[in-house]
Amino acid sequence: MHPSPSVIVFTVLSGLGFGLLIWLGVGFPQVTGWSAFGMFALAYLLAVGGLAASTFHLGNPQRALLAFTQWQTSWLSREAIASVLTLVLMAVFGFALVFFGTRLYGLGFLGSFCALLTVLTTSMIYTQLKTVPRWHQPGTPILFVALALAGGALLTGVTVAALWFLLVAGGVQIMVWTIGDSLYRESKTSLATATGLDGSGDIRQMSPPHTGSNYLLTEMVYVVGRKHAQLLRIASIITMSGLPVLLLLIGGSGGFAWGLAVVSHVAGVGMSRWLFFAEAEHVARHYYDQR
Amino acid sequence: MTRLPPPSSVKLGLVIDLDTCVGCHACVVSCKGWNTENYGVPLADTDPYGADPQGVFLNRVHSYEITPRNGGAAQTVHFPKSCLHCEDAPCVTVCPTGASYKRAEDGIVLVNESSCIGCGLCAWACPYGAREMDPVEGVMKKCTLCVDRIYNENLPPEDREPACVRTCPAGARHFGDLGDSTSKISRLVEDRGGVALMPEQNTKPVNRYLPPRPRDSTTQIDILAPFLDPVIDTPDGLLGWLDRALTKITP
Repeated sequence: MHPSPSVIVFTVLSGLGFGLLIWLGVGFPQVTGWSAFGMFALAYLLAVGGLAASTFHLGNPQRALLAFTQWQTSWLSREAIASVLTLVLMAVFGFALVFFGTRLYGLGFLGSFCALLTVLTTSMIYTQLKTVPRWHQPGTPILFVALALAGGALLTGVTVAALWFLLVAGGVQIMVWTIGDSLYRESKTSLATATGLDGSGDIRQMSPPHTGSNYLLTEMVYVVGRKHAQLLRIASIITMSGLPVLLLLIGGSGGFAWGLAVVSHVAGVGMSRWLFFAEAEHVARHYYDQR
Repeated sequence: MTRLPPPSSVKLGLVIDLDTCVGCHACVVSCKGWNTENYGVPLADTDPYGADPQGVFLNRVHSYEITPRNGGAAQTVHFPKSCLHCEDAPCVTVCPTGASYKRAEDGIVLVNESSCIGCGLCAWACPYGAREMDPVEGVMKKCTLCVDRIYNENLPPEDREPACVRTCPAGARHFGDLGDSTSKISRLVEDRGGVALMPEQNTKPVNRYLPPRPRDSTTQIDILAPFLDPVIDTPDGLLGWLDRALTKITP
């Protein structure tokens, strides 16, 4: 699949932002006043910035309000609703916390739950696609949630939680890659099933339907970058999980090491998200005899 | 509404005969023509006379070669591909705006272009690569089964079928109701063992493909060959003398 920069920026930033909101809603850390203001401002900047980035890949963003209507069947619509609901709930919660020093516990828990739901709905947009075997696995939503919790914990500065969730996210990431590889290998779809010419012989493409490129080839038959996939996986896991854990163990939260850990983690998640798209094989590629 | 309607009794669709298709791409061109001049935004081309020409098409013809595993000559199969108007259309349910829908009365899958935000998720959800985004208008384009022809009373009756079917010079494309088991095309599917594409994706496509008939096979390619005079391969002239001389030395 085409690793569109706007979608990568969106999923990485909003994942971090909503991850931060999950922790803030349940009261980790117990911030009030200006420090709470800073935390909430950062969370909203990330979440809203991510959502704004996501509209850049739309052909007609002026009709985006319609995306709130089809929650009964569409995960994308559910994501839109969950994200706005979270932002509204947490705005009220944050306002009371920052300006009145009042912690509305119920509202905070509800906001946290909605933030978690938002991350889950984002991941389900990809998980639901049977056409991309690598994404169609329970590991995908687990990874998205684990990364949001890890990133959020890292930003809140709760070192113990950050350490554990960074390790968990790293483990889940390796599991998702391994399962994804086998799902791709074991996919039942082939050029033979795609054309219905099963059993009659060995099929190969003799000539493509068009001499130039087209939307399908640039969007779904994206193959650039697979060559370096293994190297990028290693780089991603080190910067996303390994290095931040090491830096937290050395310097704890709040200092220069912590800042470096945050930067490293975001870069690692960005790389992992790029691979998430670039490595994903869509079954329609079989028509072009891309195996 | 992107909730799929209950299965309709009428299932309009295409049956494509892979035995007959000659791969002339006439269906591709007539489809592009009709759907550029009629319903919806025109099918855009970008850089048409430049170095990297691209365009939106709702129908594309792939060409494959099949080599039989038990030997024999390879066979060319031309394979036109367009929307299969699936009963369990995954492209419809993923749509966040309700722009994608499946008609309850005849099962045609359509896009309401005035509510499409151009997110492209439906194209990702389609296993067949049947949807293409229009680069100029930013809305999703797909086969409409020429819904603006088949019910169009301003057209003469013989033209009330999809443009690709009407234009096919080989008669490889058939249009009709696949929900009616007595219809002409349902019987065609029955007789020829028509198949659904990617059954493992569980999309329940309506369109069917008729597999190419097995080719005749024979052990003797040319029945006259044994009666031809054998080629005289003994050389004459200087080479002949040399050949005879050398044969005498080394018998």
